[in-house]
Amino acid sequence: MSEIAYRVPTMAEMAANNETPEVLFWVGCAGSFDDRYKKVTVAFVKILNSAGVKFAVLGTEESCTGDPARRAGNEFTFQMLAMSNIQVLDMYNVKKIVTACPHCFNTLKNEYPALGGNYEVLHHSEYLQQLIDAGRVRLESGESFKGKKITFHDSCYLGRANDVYEAPRHILEALDADLVEMKRSRTKGLCCGAGGGQMFKEPEPGKKDVNIERIEDALQTGADTIAVACPFCMVMMTDGVKNKEKEQSVKVYDLAELIAQAKDL
Amino acid sequence: MAIIQQIIFIAALAAVAWLIYRRVGIIGKTIRLGKDEDRTDQSARRLSIMMRVAFGQKKMFDRLLIGFLHFAVYAGFILINIEILEIILDGVLGTHRVFAGPLGFFYRLLIGFFELLALGVLISCSIFLIRRSILKVERFQPARHREMNGWPQLDGKLILVFEIVLMIAILSMNAADSALQDLGSAHYPLAGDFLISQWLKPLFAGWSEGALIAYERVAWWIHILGIFVFSVYLTYSKHLHIALAFPNTYFSRLELKGEMKNMPEITQEVKIMLGLETQAGDASVPERFGAKDVADLSWKNLMDAYSCTECGRCTAACPANLTGKKLSPRKIMMDTRDRLEEVGRNMLANKGEFVNDNKSLLGDYILEEEILACTTCNACVQECPVLINPLDIILQLRRHKVMDEAQAPGSWNMMFQNLDTNQAPWKFSPSDRFNWASAVTDSGPESNSTAS
Repeated sequence: MSEIAYRVPTMAEMAANNETPEVLFWVGCAGSFDDRYKKVTVAFVKILNSAGVKFAVLGTEESCTGDPARRAGNEFTFQMLAMSNIQVLDMYNVKKIVTACPHCFNTLKNEYPALGGNYEVLHHSEYLQQLIDAGRVRLESGESFKGKKITFHDSCYLGRANDVYEAPRHILEALDADLVEMKRSRTKGLCCGAGGGQMFKEPEPGKKDVNIERIEDALQTGADTIAVACPFCMVMMTDGVKNKEKEQSVKVYDLAELIAQAKDL
Repeated sequence: MAIIQQIIFIAALAAVAWLIYRRVGIIGKTIRLGKDEDRTDQSARRLSIMMRVAFGQKKMFDRLLIGFLHFAVYAGFILINIEILEIILDGVLGTHRVFAGPLGFFYRLLIGFFELLALGVLISCSIFLIRRSILKVERFQPARHREMNGWPQLDGKLILVFEIVLMIAILSMNAADSALQDLGSAHYPLAGDFLISQWLKPLFAGWSEGALIAYERVAWWIHILGIFVFSVYLTYSKHLHIALAFPNTYFSRLELKGEMKNMPEITQEVKIMLGLETQAGDASVPERFGAKDVADLSWKNLMDAYSCTECGRCTAACPANLTGKKLSPRKIMMDTRDRLEEVGRNMLANKGEFVNDNKSLLGDYILEEEILACTTCNACVQECPVLINPLDIILQLRRHKVMDEAQAPGSWNMMFQNLDTNQAPWKFSPSDRFNWASAVTDSGPESNSTAS
């Protein structure tokens, strides 16, 4: 399968060829610029290619959804970004969006409608589960996860914010991994510490950083892989592992990366 | 003698009714200071949430044992109140156990049932008191949670002591009553021994009829006056949740927790700036962005504040609080109520009109450091057994701080600036946004131009 010619078509190219994609992949700022999360973007795009999904991205026409501005209290900046994104999305007549960022997911899905932007929005965990269930993504030929202990860190914006708890777990089960839960999971899951604009400022004075509290939950499980589904959680959990000097034995991966590994993409 | 008791009783009843009426009035009036927000849609769904969460106490059963104990107190309190009806009738009419005759055997069954509930309340409240005072459950300790210092901590214990005293009064009163029946005392109709209090009868062995009557009367008065005082007290206390849990769950948010309320007053302006709309003549500029004081919040935020029973499940789940930051969602709710009560007293003192006192919720009660520490993770919202939303208040206060006072941390201002100029929160050029694709297609996005 490794001889696939991977493509990343843009909406502009699709429109020029009078084509309509099945789904728009909303990459997000972290997926576009953050060196670590770019790998997740690449993994997801490879999966889409190998599954034969007709997708497109906005490329340079994409902007931040505005989530960090809105959570930090700056509604002006949020709405400016949101309105111009809606203009672009509507210009291309976008109906269905998938994104690997729970913050983009939440904003596009729940907050754009009030500004006139109505789309079917899926988080990549939900979308990947659908592809697996439909048999479009087959987990074979690559790394075997059988018996591997993996724990899943619930993102607040996926879990509590949007009640998506099972899709990521179904993916891990499909990988045949040994899913071990942290003492705080699903509705009780502890935040990584980066939401609500915290990613972009120093924490307030306290006795501990939130990601350290959380990484202790994860390490307690004895898992050697921490699965995440959010770029901010990725940063916080990776930093936590480093802080505990466990980067040799414990790895942090996004769900899409694990699937790519299983498929040897 | 009997007529004097009746007069005192009726006077006490009237006083209590008037005090509660006045108090409910000011609570309602202060809640209505909040901004309009329509929470009347989907009434069937709302009713079902109320039945499950308030009536059925669904979220309390997250912790099974505590759920059962709390349910025992709740069921006991509601059902024992049926007995209050008899007590009130007896008090007004000067009768004794007016239902005993007409109900016959069923009366004994009923009182036995009430006694069982009373025992449940007694045991549960005692366990709760032990949890607060001896086991020192973390979320109730003022040493760890500054908002529990002083009155809130005392309030929590007082309520429990109150309920224990009331239950002891009712059980021992029934035992004394049975002892009087055995003596054939004139005023005490033969209702028989009751399920629980019969075991207390040995305590009254050898008492004279006069002493028994005195005890029975004192216990009767302690019980009913206790209930009167309690019902006024609870309107000033965290215990208001026993009433407000019902409307508060009914009017709770139905949207997914992740959704933040839109600010339509800004949409208009943004549309004009983007050239989507021409200057509208009647575009009204709001006097204030976000919330600085209680009147800037919605009426539901204010009802939330009155409904909070300070259990601290929110704070115990808050990542900021867990890691030693000043933020405590419970304190956000308690501060909101304290400020609202202050505004209420101000209104009472000024013929119903609020007179500016140069104070505000943000600044005088809630500090910037608290609202900045929030990760918007919704754990507090998830935890609340009566569906209070502290996050909604925090975010409105942030909006005020950032938009109205232009006071944001420097690094947030940098982030805003990046968003305004680069459409990304970091300092990257928008033209580099698609560079990642070169890692997929070896040769970069430029040469990767066909879609089919």
